[in-house]
Amino acid sequence: MPSSPSICSLIEVWTLSSVEATPASITTVRKTALNAVHRQMGAKMVDFNGWDMPVEYPAAIGCGIINEHIAVRTGVGIFDVSHMGDIRLAGPQALAAVQHISMNDASRLAVGQAQYSALLYPQGTFVDDVIVHRLGEDEYLLVINAGTREKDFNWVRDNTRQFDCAVENLSDDFTQIAIQGPKAVDVLQKLTDADLSTVKFYWVTRGTVCGLKDILIARTGYTAEDGFEIYVPADEATSARVWNEILSAGKEFGIIPCGLGARNTLRLEGKLPLYGHEISDTINVWEAGLDRFCKMEKPEFVGRAALEKAKAAGVTRTLVGLEMTGRGIARDGHKVLDDSDREIGYVTSGSPAPFLKKNIALTYVPPQFATVGTVVKVEIRGQGVEAQVVPTPFYKRPKKTT
Amino acid sequence: MAYPTDRKYTKEHEWIQPNGTTATIGITDHAQESLGDIVFVELPKVGVELAVGKTFGTVESVKAVSDLYAPASGTVTETNADLATSPEKVNKDAHGSWMLKITLKNPGELDGLLSAADYEKFVAEEGGH
Repeated sequence: MPSSPSICSLIEVWTLSSVEATPASITTVRKTALNAVHRQMGAKMVDFNGWDMPVEYPAAIGCGIINEHIAVRTGVGIFDVSHMGDIRLAGPQALAAVQHISMNDASRLAVGQAQYSALLYPQGTFVDDVIVHRLGEDEYLLVINAGTREKDFNWVRDNTRQFDCAVENLSDDFTQIAIQGPKAVDVLQKLTDADLSTVKFYWVTRGTVCGLKDILIARTGYTAEDGFEIYVPADEATSARVWNEILSAGKEFGIIPCGLGARNTLRLEGKLPLYGHEISDTINVWEAGLDRFCKMEKPEFVGRAALEKAKAAGVTRTLVGLEMTGRGIARDGHKVLDDSDREIGYVTSGSPAPFLKKNIALTYVPPQFATVGTVVKVEIRGQGVEAQVVPTPFYKRPKKTT
Repeated sequence: MAYPTDRKYTKEHEWIQPNGTTATIGITDHAQESLGDIVFVELPKVGVELAVGKTFGTVESVKAVSDLYAPASGTVTETNADLATSPEKVNKDAHGSWMLKITLKNPGELDGLLSAADYEKFVAEEGGH
């Protein structure tokens, strides 16, 4: 990331480097139904993929990226993630359609279960990563990234035409709120009649939330922590009411609102990929190390043939985690060098890790540099700063003792 | 935030407090607020020559990297070693957490910088950042 001439433009550099280019068709900035609430709370707003989103809330109310990050690791935080998209597939051949367009095995899903998966191009690279929820016997919901909403929907529609199944873009219908952290369950349980103790991680249920009937409650998230994502109607009044009721209910647990800044550092500590960074249309499944979510025993899915060939050929680069051992912070786009200063890769995501209190990075390097303990350098403002390959994920949440 | 009137300001969000032929340099409260949680401050060594308008160091928050620009030319006589271990002090008190002390090469350079009132106006006009 090149240095820019002022603080303001540097903050924009961060924003731009964190996302894919905004589709040219978007001329106005999009807002979620909670936009006014964020502004009222004094959030620092940034343009994220064409969305006007909070990056962090003010220090004056106990927020800021570090506090927000720590709240989610040790207590609970709340995020507006309404910019995420939702595609519903329903009909007699919905399963066949999902199986065709995604790399994981959706036939293993019970009703009410969800899985991490990805949509692939025929060359085995990523259209996007998704969470596939099985909502009914023949009904699936794909939750997709904000920056790829239009692209994903068009791709899904175009690739499922041969199936007897309706494809609907529900992206604008929901305000999606993430309640994340070890105390998330305690907060949400106060607001719903659904018994959350019976909802396992990566399962979904429906229940009354804040007086709203039949709300989708998923035990999912993007923080490497326990938590829930709820889908409420996208009108401003309802969205604001639910947001505020969650904050009130969470007060006794120290809940704070969290922005995209903490969302990024949380997911990085957990090595959860971000589209445009660890995964993209030029990176394949094996390189990204997402093998366990890619079911080659499935006879057919888009990208499978190319992946079979790629597997036989072997990878030329692989995603590893780095911890800075020298003084410096690796940032997105920085070059990675070997001990003779030859460029061997680049940082896809790099940041201080607020909970681990280390400077960490994800990077693609040739396999011979992937062994844990390998010493490399990250080029920071013209200087090679020492770093070491470390095991990933950098952070793994403690197992429940119950 | 009231900006102290005992010093001058730059459009790059540094402050410089003159004291005869020497001066103390730091970043403004607006700068620390824009950056967010500051985690790293990189400063030049004692003896380094600063040229007005040129970068002399870096400040990094969790999410952003920002260059520091010399508000005036001069020679570094002291750096605030505290900030190497406690960079968050800049968030807590930006106008009290100095970064550098320099001997001024040309004290007249400060005449072109912004007063506290002008800087405040400049920040307000920049808006939304």
